[in-house]
Amino acid sequence: MVEKQFKVVDATGIHARPATLLVQTASKFDSEIQLGYNGKQVNLKSIMGVMSLGIGKDAQITISATGSDEQDALNALEDLLKKEGLAE
Amino acid sequence: MSTILKGIAASNGIAIAKAYRLVEPDLSFSKKTIEDTDGEIARFRAAMDAAKSELEVIRERAGSELGADKAAIFDAHLLVLNDPELIAPIEDNVKNNKLNAESALKETTDMFITMFEQMDNEYMRERAADIRDVTKRVLSHLLGVKIPNPSMISEEVIIVAEDLTPSDTAQLNRDFVKGFTTNIGGRTSHSAIMARSLEIPAVVGTKTATEDIQNGDLIIVDGLNGEVHINPTPEIVDQYKKEHERYETQKAEWAKLVNEKTVSKDGQHVELGGNIGTPNDLKGVLANGGEAIGLYRTEFLYMGRDQLPTEDEQFESYKAVLEGMNGKPVVVRTLDIGGDKKLPYLNLPEEMNPFLGFRAIRLCLEEQDMFRTQLRALLRASVYGNLKIMFPMISTINEFHQAKQILLDEKEKLVNSGTSVSDNIELGIMVEIPSTAVMADQFAKEVDFFSIGTNDLIQYTMAADRMNERVSYLYQPYNPAILRLVKMVIDASHKEGKWTGMCGEMAGDELAIPILLGLGLDEFSMSSSSILKARAQIKNLSKAEMEKLAEQVLQLQTTEEVLEVVKKATL
Repeated sequence: MVEKQFKVVDATGIHARPATLLVQTASKFDSEIQLGYNGKQVNLKSIMGVMSLGIGKDAQITISATGSDEQDALNALEDLLKKEGLAE
Repeated sequence: MSTILKGIAASNGIAIAKAYRLVEPDLSFSKKTIEDTDGEIARFRAAMDAAKSELEVIRERAGSELGADKAAIFDAHLLVLNDPELIAPIEDNVKNNKLNAESALKETTDMFITMFEQMDNEYMRERAADIRDVTKRVLSHLLGVKIPNPSMISEEVIIVAEDLTPSDTAQLNRDFVKGFTTNIGGRTSHSAIMARSLEIPAVVGTKTATEDIQNGDLIIVDGLNGEVHINPTPEIVDQYKKEHERYETQKAEWAKLVNEKTVSKDGQHVELGGNIGTPNDLKGVLANGGEAIGLYRTEFLYMGRDQLPTEDEQFESYKAVLEGMNGKPVVVRTLDIGGDKKLPYLNLPEEMNPFLGFRAIRLCLEEQDMFRTQLRALLRASVYGNLKIMFPMISTINEFHQAKQILLDEKEKLVNSGTSVSDNIELGIMVEIPSTAVMADQFAKEVDFFSIGTNDLIQYTMAADRMNERVSYLYQPYNPAILRLVKMVIDASHKEGKWTGMCGEMAGDELAIPILLGLGLDEFSMSSSSILKARAQIKNLSKAEMEKLAEQVLQLQTTEEVLEVVKKATL
C-alpha cells in the first residue's frame, strides 16, 4: 500500500468539478483507492463517497492505494491535485 | 373538433407545429418479490447502460451547444451511474432480499439523497437533486416509459409545459423550438422573458395546457391574441398561416426603420434600447436597430454554474458587449441576485420574504469581495465603449454612497497599478423601491441617471407579490399611483439636468408608451423584438399631445379609466 497526505488549498474545497476529475482519474486504475478525511475513509472511485465528505479549504486529506498499479495511481492523483491548484 | 385555450400573450407571433410535452412522466411502481434474481440484476444493468448511453448523447449535445461549463453537470450524472458504492448495495439487495430492481434502486438512492439533504452546505444539498435526476432516468428505463429530453429534439415543435425553468430553456434546441405554451406564468415570468429574447411566440398561464395537449397534437400558438388551438381544422390552420404572413409583412415594414432614429411626429428624439442577459443577445439588439443597451442583466454570468465567475471571465463578457455596441451606450446593472434568482453556491439562508430580503445591492455591500471583482471587471472593460453602471434595489442615499465609494476605491487601485479606466462612466441607480422614487429629487443631485424598473416598482408599490397568481390583479402598470411615481422620478432628474430611462416590461408596452412619452421619459429599454414596433408607434405620436394626455390620466382614479382614455386617444 502507498499513501500520501495533502492539504486542500482551493478556496471552495473539493466541490463538483474537482470531485469529478478525481473520481474519473481514480477509476482508470485497478488498485483499490481510498480517500481519508476527518477520520472517515471512502472509496475514491465513488463520486458520492467523495462528495459526502464535504471537504473544504485547509482540510488535511490522505489518499491511499493498494494493488498492482498503486504507485502509478497515487502519482496520477497527485499530479491532478497540483495541476488543478486544489491541494499541495 | 378543435379546442381553444386562453392564456396570456407573452411573446408576439404565430407558431404552428406539433406539441412536445415537457412533463414529468409517471414513474410509480410497486414493491415485488423476485424469484429470478440473476435475471433481475441483468435487467437492472441493462437499464443502467441505457441511461448511460442516453446521458452521453445529451452531454455531447450540451457540450457543443452550451459550452463545456453546462455539460459538466452531465459528467457528474454519468459518474453517479458508474459509482461502485451505488451499484453494489442495489445488486446485493436484489440478490439477498429478492427485491425487484425498482425498489432496490429507490432504497439505495433514497439513502444517499437523505444523506446529502442533511448536509449543512446548500451546495451539497443541491447534489441530492442530481441523484434524484439520475434515479429518474434509470427508473424510466426499468419501467419502459419515456422521459422528455428537450436537448434531443430534432424536428419543429411547440413546447408544452407546466412552467419553464432557466435550466429547461438552456437545454432547448433553438433551431427546432418554434414556440411555447405553459400552464402558469405571466408577462414577466422567466418563460415569457425567455420567449421574447429568443423571438419565438409564447402563450403562458393557460392553466390546463399540459392536461389538454398530447404529444404530437398539432397546435397553434397565437402569441398576438393569447390563444392556443389544439388540433385545429384545416380552415383554421389556413387562416393562421395567412395571419402569420400578415404579421411577417408587418415586421418587414417595421424593419425598414432599423437604421432610423426614434423621433416623434413633432420632431422630439427619444432613445430606444434593448435589454440583454448575455453577449449572445447583442445580435438581437443590433438586428432590431437598438440605439443603446438600457439594461444588461449581469446575473446570468453567475447562474447555472457551481462557482463565481472570475474577473477575467466577466471582463471578456463586458468587453464583448461594449465593443459590439460600437460606442453606443451600454447600461450594466451590477449583480441583482436574491428574490426568485438564487445562486446555490453562495449558501444563503432561506428567507420568509425573499423579495423583501437580502438581495441585489444589499447582498453586494455585504459580500464585498464578490462585488469588487465585478466592479473591477467593469472598470477594466470601460475603455472599450460607452459604459454606464447602475446599482439595483437602492432604497437609501447611504447605500448609493457606499456602492459608489467601493467603485471609486477600485478605480483608484486600478489606475495606480497602471490599468486604463474610462473617466466618463456615468453612475446611476435602478428606481424600483417606492422610498427611492419619493426621494428622487435628492437622489437626482447624487446620480447621473435613473432607470425605472417597473416590474419591481409595481410589486413594491402595490404590495403584491408578482409570483402570486391570486394577487396578480394588483399588477397594474397603468394605475395612476404608478404613473405619478414615474412622473416624480422623471421630473426630478430633469430638474438636475440628468436623464431617466425605463427598463421594465412597461417601456415596450404599446399602451404605456404614449403616457411615458408625454411624461418626458428619455430612454425606453425593452426586449429587442419590441424595439421596431415601438419606433413605428412613436413616429406617429406627437409629444406635445402626449404631454396633455399624460396630464389628463394622472388625474384619473383607476387603471381602467387610464386605459380607456389612452386607447381612445391613440388607437
